[in-house]
Amino acid sequence: MSSRDSIFADLRKSLGRTESLGADKVAELQQRSDVAREDERPQVSGDLIERFVVKLTAGAGTVTRVRDASEVPRAVEQYLEEHQLPPKMVAASNGLVGSIRWPDGFQVEHRPASRDDRVSVTGAIAAVAETGTIVVSSDNESPTTLNFLPDDHIAVIETGQLRTHLEDVWSALREADEMPRAVNFISGPSKTADVEQTLALGAHGPRRLHVIMVG
Amino acid sequence: MQPVSREFKIHSSKALLDEKLSAALARTQDGFGGQRAAAVEALPEFQKIRERALRIKNHTLEHLDYYLEKFEREVQAAGGHVHWARTPEEGRKIILDLCEQAEARTVIKGKSMVSEEMALNPALEASDIEVVETDLGEYIIQLAKEPPSHIIAPAIHKTREQITELFSENHAQYGLTEPVTEVADIVHEARTVLREKFINADVGITGANFLVAESGSTVLVTNEGNGDLSSTLPKMHIITAGLEKVVPTFDDLSTMLRLLARSATGQEFSVYTSVFTGPKRNTDQDGPEELHIVLLDNGRTEMLGNEFREMLRCIRCGSCLNHCPVYGSVGGHAYGWVYSGPMGSVLTPLMVGLGEAADLPNACTLNGRCEEVCPMSIPLPRMLRALRVRQFEEKLVGSRVRASLGAWTWLATKPRLYQAVTGLGMKMLARLGRKNGSIRSLPLAGGWTQARDLPAPEGETFMQAWARQNRNRGARQ
Ligand code: SF4
Repeated sequence: MSSRDSIFADLRKSLGRTESLGADKVAELQQRSDVAREDERPQVSGDLIERFVVKLTAGAGTVTRVRDASEVPRAVEQYLEEHQLPPKMVAASNGLVGSIRWPDGFQVEHRPASRDDRVSVTGAIAAVAETGTIVVSSDNESPTTLNFLPDDHIAVIETGQLRTHLEDVWSALREADEMPRAVNFISGPSKTADVEQTLALGAHGPRRLHVIMVG
Repeated sequence: MQPVSREFKIHSSKALLDEKLSAALARTQDGFGGQRAAAVEALPEFQKIRERALRIKNHTLEHLDYYLEKFEREVQAAGGHVHWARTPEEGRKIILDLCEQAEARTVIKGKSMVSEEMALNPALEASDIEVVETDLGEYIIQLAKEPPSHIIAPAIHKTREQITELFSENHAQYGLTEPVTEVADIVHEARTVLREKFINADVGITGANFLVAESGSTVLVTNEGNGDLSSTLPKMHIITAGLEKVVPTFDDLSTMLRLLARSATGQEFSVYTSVFTGPKRNTDQDGPEELHIVLLDNGRTEMLGNEFREMLRCIRCGSCLNHCPVYGSVGGHAYGWVYSGPMGSVLTPLMVGLGEAADLPNACTLNGRCEEVCPMSIPLPRMLRALRVRQFEEKLVGSRVRASLGAWTWLATKPRLYQAVTGLGMKMLARLGRKNGSIRSLPLAGGWTQARDLPAPEGETFMQAWARQNRNRGARQ
């Protein structure tokens, strides 16, 4: 008997059965939908944007708000100046980020990140007000390394992408044909407290997470 | 690792004398404990969420075969592979074969307790594969050649000075000349050295906090982002997980995630929660070519069928460790295996054998804090008691204890005699302690009175006091 079969035989024995579940039960389980009721989720009241900003900044992320997409390059420029970074970036090529017209002198490459890239710019598929989280998913135009290798990760999101709860993100993901290889929920810069419980930023992922919120 | 839980008494006695360890443990328990309390306080819905989590996990366990089959089908549909390991040995073999297939020379790892169960690192090293732990805490204890002492903060027993020294010893080969003393510098040094390892690794091995049956996804929760680099950069990603980790849907996952970080570190949500489904797609520009999931049994299917089923609800948050007075006094290493604290005292005997870990179920004051703070409402004290019963039944208890328990049972089942004997005992104790109200040393209870005085009783047993009160009441009426 293969290990797999023996494990399933043991599972069923422990569950007091000898076979897999009958068709009726399977149909019932397939129908199961158990979504947290209102009182089984953290209450999110008031302004979603405000909540998102409060939560993200509590996790050491930073946020700038701009009125429309045309102001994004200027916001990026300001960020780079503030941190004395050269205008050289790797960026996703989809959505709003893909359509940005970068100012002269900006070197923007659309490719996966490599070891020496300092700054990345990506979009997001959603943001969650409940937790102050951005959700970035992998696809051919948004390689996952952009979210993790550079020291500075700049994410551009639109206020319309803001969702209230985690549940709202799953329902959006289910609408797509298939799950992307990686969906990354990111709630701040990388951190660790493994040395004497003292918090330090930039453990392995980005040292800074900056969100530019459009709208 | 080889279990050394038999030596609990020796190791815990040593630990009790280690002042650095005591300080580190106090810091951890105060830190995590306080942050958890604040996070729970800030969420009025916490109890409701906890009840829901209990419902979800009980439902899943009741239909575990169904959800695991579903999970497997979905993984395959997404282009990944599922491997089944009954024992740690089988798990090691599967992973070694995969590494061989990938012609791996370097493996990077994210923290995985299941790979610790498998004692994977020594096996890989024996096959001439370089293994590098990348979670900072795990990396530190790898340098120190020690097992983790806490499931979510593996290096809490190490002081900054010790870490500075470890880096000086081990990083000279990477060009480190000055000692790194500040926390930020230590983190930076590890980041720089491990970056190279990430880039050059052939295989990445991580654990999984959850498996989602609905889509065949694995979910990894970290603060450092090391798991994401481990799972994205190498050409093969191997995920190790216990087979109880499955939840039916993403909606169920949300509930679990709301409990996990709050219970573990007091964060509302960890920095990174990553959902992986299948390997790199044809059009993707990065990600692993192959994705393998190794599911380990190691006693879990058996637990499903006995009084320890509820232990399979555990989400490895570490909260019970952070609130346990025994863990807080002796630390994780004393427990002698991968898991420590209350959950370790239940799991270790079930996974490595009760005979190997006979002291663990007894290293408990039954104060009940662990069950109170467990997000999954696991009755840990009841399980520890059940293990003590098993121990007695399997004759793993020494003859002296058996004899005294036997004598006590004989006496306790004869109420009149029992009352007479205890009544006499009480009177004697009261007389012994008449002078100072306490007793400094007591024959047959030296272990107890060595460290503290026994408060002297008033001279009456409970039954006598009860009878007296009833008489008085009767007289008054
Ligand atoms: S037993 Fe409960 S408190 Fe302890 S690690 Fe598991 S889930 Fe957390």
